[in-house]
Amino acid sequence: MPARLTMTMKTSDNRPAAPASSRQTTPNKVARREAIIGWLFVLPALVMYAVFVLLPLLMSIQYSFFRWNGIGPMTWVGLDNYSRVLADSDLLGTIFNSLRLVVFFSFIPVSLGLVVASIMHRTATGRFGAVARTVLFLPQVIPLVAAGIIWGWLLALPGLINEVLRAIGLSDVTRAWLGDFDWALPAVGFIGVWVLLGFCTVLLWTGMTKLDPALFESARIDGASWFTEFTRIIVPLLRNEIGVCLTVTVIAALAAFDIVYVSTAGGPGNSTAVPGIQIYVLAFTEQRIGPASALAVILTALVLIIIIPFQRLNREATQ
Amino acid sequence: MRIARTELYAGRMLLLGLMAITILPFISIFVTALHPSGTLPRGLEWPADPQWGNFVEAFNVANMTALLGSSGYIVLAVVPVALVISTMAGFAIGQLRIPGSRILLGLFVFGLTLPFGGIIVPLYYLERALGIYNTRLAVVLPLIGLYMPFAVFWMRAHFVNMPIEISEAARVDGATIWDLFWRIHLPLARAPMASLGILMSVWTWNQFLLALVLVEDPTERTMAGALGAFQGHYATNVPLLCAGTILILLPTLIVFVLFQRQIISALLQGSVKG
Repeated sequence: MPARLTMTMKTSDNRPAAPASSRQTTPNKVARREAIIGWLFVLPALVMYAVFVLLPLLMSIQYSFFRWNGIGPMTWVGLDNYSRVLADSDLLGTIFNSLRLVVFFSFIPVSLGLVVASIMHRTATGRFGAVARTVLFLPQVIPLVAAGIIWGWLLALPGLINEVLRAIGLSDVTRAWLGDFDWALPAVGFIGVWVLLGFCTVLLWTGMTKLDPALFESARIDGASWFTEFTRIIVPLLRNEIGVCLTVTVIAALAAFDIVYVSTAGGPGNSTAVPGIQIYVLAFTEQRIGPASALAVILTALVLIIIIPFQRLNREATQ
Repeated sequence: MRIARTELYAGRMLLLGLMAITILPFISIFVTALHPSGTLPRGLEWPADPQWGNFVEAFNVANMTALLGSSGYIVLAVVPVALVISTMAGFAIGQLRIPGSRILLGLFVFGLTLPFGGIIVPLYYLERALGIYNTRLAVVLPLIGLYMPFAVFWMRAHFVNMPIEISEAARVDGATIWDLFWRIHLPLARAPMASLGILMSVWTWNQFLLALVLVEDPTERTMAGALGAFQGHYATNVPLLCAGTILILLPTLIVFVLFQRQIISALLQGSVKG
């Protein structure tokens, strides 16, 4: 790293000071020289990104066309791995599971966040609001692994959730939430809600504070209810922020790994297996690199396909 | 402003309820951590005889001294390098507007969407080939690369909003591009760099998947990575597991309380500008 810095420094130091006259005489040459120096500034970041992100991505695509156990020779199998992933209900199921997680990681935090943020905007000004925002944001900064472990315990049979349910007379519904075939996925999804709700709330609240206060004032002078304010002002004018929240949370849902790995490891059965977990299992416990890579490519493509429309939403909103 | 008093109270009660739901899990594991090691306590019951020693035991069995060293090393290796190179790149793309900067920006932004799972398998084989598998560099180098999309994007957003006239004035006075960067723009970029640095430190501390796959020895991992191994060993000893979890998330909580304004604004602005 220092070597690269001094190199750049030398190039720019050797460069003659650029008085206006020299720029006029050979504008092309100067411009080219400056373009090269500019690219040298980008180069270190670009190299790290290319070697440790883009290259592995291309390798994923390459591996996905081969049969390989990680050690022996690679055999070209064409699109076999893809058809295998799409035909195997366990593998394809991971994609459906992650789409179901999108409901919990994305739609619930964003819609609930909108409601909470607008309530905060109306009723919690000043110090109380600031404290509320700090507290709600907390789950966003702790390691996701810790969130998974904490909730793994809270949702266990003797955990807090069941105790609360028993206390309010709902002993019948108590269960080991994360070990239940029907409830494990919603339970994991609930952990996602806990982690992401604060982020969405604070982001949407910030967007609301940037709106013209006169809008709210005139609405409130007319006696507008919270609901009118919500549907007429907040939702239409926060399209940009809503788009951002959806993008971030959808990526979090589709790329989920940490929370699932520590809370259920994909179980019971395959009921909470998501692509991230399945890729890990296929590649590192079953040594089936081909299908693992095909699933990785499908996952990457899926994220892009789902979030591109949100980006368009943003662009329209800003225009 | 006319907001009915009932609405004011109802709204605040709702927010208090949400705050309670957010905080209660922390309180629950804290209380659980104080129960005798190996027992299965009930949700929120304060122990008859609080076992503060559980924290010491968790500290020892998790080999926390080695872990703190390892995580500290990884953070110190990742963050400064990532900060310097992303600032330089952001400067060239946002302020110098070098030819091809739109394409470069698009290339980096593409990386923002990339799930780690999409590249983890080849990273493993790439690192074996490079001979850095199972060393701390195994986590350090990919993390620097993986942070580049957000970091370059974030720094570019700062530089693109700096008036170009500052640069032009300096250039007329004969400043080289390096002078321009080092003497003029870097001092002005301290605030966004600080936010980015804090954010990347927390992310590094919390990084799990890379550490899990690329480093076999838990004591050479990041904190979050080690927590995964700790859970594997002590899954049945709930009080100890809770004590270990608290120890590992405590530093992130402290950093958050100290720098909450930078962290929140960086996370929000970073995503809004995306």
